[in-house]
Amino acid sequence: MPSAFDEMTVAPGVCRPGYEGVQKWLADTPREVLELRRAEAELLFRRTGITFAVYGEADAEERIIPFDMIPRILTKTEWDRLALGLSQRVRAINAFLADLYGKAEILKAGIIPAELIHRNPSFRPEMVGFKVPHDIRVMIAGIDIVRTDDEHFYVLEDNVRTPSGVSYMLENREVMMRLLPDLFAESRVAPVENYADDLLATLKSVAPASAPSDPTIALLTPGPFNSAYYEHSFLADRLGVELVEGRDLLVNDDAVYMRTTRGPQRIDVLYRRIDDDFLDPLTFRPDSALGVPGLIAAARAGKITLANAVGTGIADDKAVYTYIPDVIRFYLGEEPILKNVPTWRCREPDSLAYVLDHLHELVVKEVAGSGGYGMLIGPAASSATRAEFAAKLRAKPDDFIAQPTLALSTVPTFVDSGIAPRHVDLRPFVLSGADKVRVVPGGLTRVALRAGSLVVNSSQGGGTKDTWVVNG
Amino acid sequence: MLSRTADNLFWFARYVERADNIARILEAANRLSAMPITYSGATNEWESAVAATGNLAGFRATGAEANSDTVLNFLAFSPTNPSSIKSCIETARFNARAVRTALTAVMWESINGAWLDLRRVDGRNMRRSGIDDFLGRVKEASLRLDGAAYRTMLRSEAYYFFVLGVMLERADNTARILDVKYHLLLPENAEVGGGLDYFQWTSILRTVSAQTAYHWVYRQSVKPWLVADLLVLKQEMPRSLAACYEAIRETLDLLGREYGRQGPAQRMARTMRTKLANANIGDVFQSGLHEFLTEFLVENARLGEAIAAQYLS
Repeated sequence: MPSAFDEMTVAPGVCRPGYEGVQKWLADTPREVLELRRAEAELLFRRTGITFAVYGEADAEERIIPFDMIPRILTKTEWDRLALGLSQRVRAINAFLADLYGKAEILKAGIIPAELIHRNPSFRPEMVGFKVPHDIRVMIAGIDIVRTDDEHFYVLEDNVRTPSGVSYMLENREVMMRLLPDLFAESRVAPVENYADDLLATLKSVAPASAPSDPTIALLTPGPFNSAYYEHSFLADRLGVELVEGRDLLVNDDAVYMRTTRGPQRIDVLYRRIDDDFLDPLTFRPDSALGVPGLIAAARAGKITLANAVGTGIADDKAVYTYIPDVIRFYLGEEPILKNVPTWRCREPDSLAYVLDHLHELVVKEVAGSGGYGMLIGPAASSATRAEFAAKLRAKPDDFIAQPTLALSTVPTFVDSGIAPRHVDLRPFVLSGADKVRVVPGGLTRVALRAGSLVVNSSQGGGTKDTWVVNG
Repeated sequence: MLSRTADNLFWFARYVERADNIARILEAANRLSAMPITYSGATNEWESAVAATGNLAGFRATGAEANSDTVLNFLAFSPTNPSSIKSCIETARFNARAVRTALTAVMWESINGAWLDLRRVDGRNMRRSGIDDFLGRVKEASLRLDGAAYRTMLRSEAYYFFVLGVMLERADNTARILDVKYHLLLPENAEVGGGLDYFQWTSILRTVSAQTAYHWVYRQSVKPWLVADLLVLKQEMPRSLAACYEAIRETLDLLGREYGRQGPAQRMARTMRTKLANANIGDVFQSGLHEFLTEFLVENARLGEAIAAQYLS
């Protein structure tokens, strides 16, 4: 897509605000030096990132996600507006979840069809009617954002279960600062290193009222065989909290303890990186060996805060996503600052008719699907495939949504042939505490390294970039 | 600290120490087997090497005859022997990885580097020089790890559990090396100290890198009871049972102080330390070195269980 909006270059030699320093650096630095820096980056990353690799024994090499040295830049003005929109969206999602697991007024008001919620496997009827401390359920959110032009940012997806990737944001910055100190000195990039402090403050603020003033926090991991284990241990280390597995915990009289060398120690807040289904074999999957029997009862008794709470997945479901702008209006009485990608709900007859007429230009997604399964990319599909898909749509319209194919923005990226534009997205991390919402300036920029590709997933040849917020 | 973390640190240290000891035992066996029978004695050096690691039953279950090939493979490379050097390094690294954040960066690099290095070694059809090189690298890895821990770890509970693992394993291994050699060397009615077993006793000293120390302390030729004295009772000898137990007692006391509570482990360690301090080697030989060492191994294992019950579970 040659017409895609490039975030750096407006015309040959002319760049957008914020990119001046980087453009000068790229222009002034001889090709060989750039190559040298690039090799150095690779080396630094391998050394820092060696821990990514060693966990994956045989396929060790594949576990290092490619890192691109050219930063992705947002001006403070752009960022401030983004941050406002992110904070608004997550506040609304928290109000939405409190309502869904409480009085369910949004369903009574007919804003969202009740069966869309109640028949959804991400909805947890077990949690209905139970208050959580401070009424906050999503403490940590990762919101995926794409950009199409100078003005427009869209939310592609909300991740409000156990979003990951923040360790890359932090390590990318560390590597860049060691690699290009001069560029940093003149660019005045807003720091991200306070993320761990912000996360700790957020987690402390949501401790149960009965907890001591300095509550005990722990991070629950599925263990060393989980692909995100590195991030779990990295975060526990930065937070200065214990990294626990299910077998380290025990529940007694609805209170949760970890087994320590000094005897059982009470935990007040558990930052859990295990999915709902595996948290507690007494409540959810009885075959799960990862969780802690009795954990959900403890949470319901209000003796421990789970971050994020159980059942938040209903808010980032693909079908529910389409209603988030209405959710914002309903709970906050405000217009959404960040737009959704325009989406047709095939369950609605008018939308279905439109989608069937325009299959050749739309992306159709199965609501329950993920990772690209059950998806039709209209422009790339043959007419036979499209006809086949149309039949599926007519049979089960409720199962599908459709979106236009977006022209994602690009950022210059090192590739084999030199420097070329590649498509990017952005995952900023939003922290919601009892006191306030915190967003560190930046996030994880993922880049599709193959020319023309819009797929930024690391499993499909995606890489990452450092994300800068600069004055300008 | 999580009990699991303490447990991982303790076993991490034990397995590295065990790998180091096996490497030493194999080096000594290698050396003895290169001597003419008249110097080394008629005993099967390779079988005694397996016995010194405490795993004779495991080896016999393989059905193989004890010779340089089978024993080297069993003790150094066998993936089915959980106490082979390769298995020890594997287990040590697994424990280290689980407590990555409780280790200093240097310690992690040292064990991870050793693991990456040693896992590539293919033990099949290896030449003698290759074996020597492999064993040398194992010893270096454990030295590096000891040094890294000593230099970089905060003197706090994590370090204490690491030290406890090293010392308990080292005491166990020293006792075994001494016991097995003593036993195999002493056929019924044979006079200890005859010319024949000189090289055998020297090999014990060599195994624990103590030849020079022996000569500095005793200033005479190698005598069985003095070797035993050095390895059991000499406080100055860093791997004697007495020295190990002084370190264990001290470390457990530091832990007790940090936690503000004493327990069965502290009491047991103190009792054993006192017993070793009050013993003299003449009495030990009188009532039987083998009996003494057997009892020691049982009590050492019992202390390990007490530490596990008190802190690690």
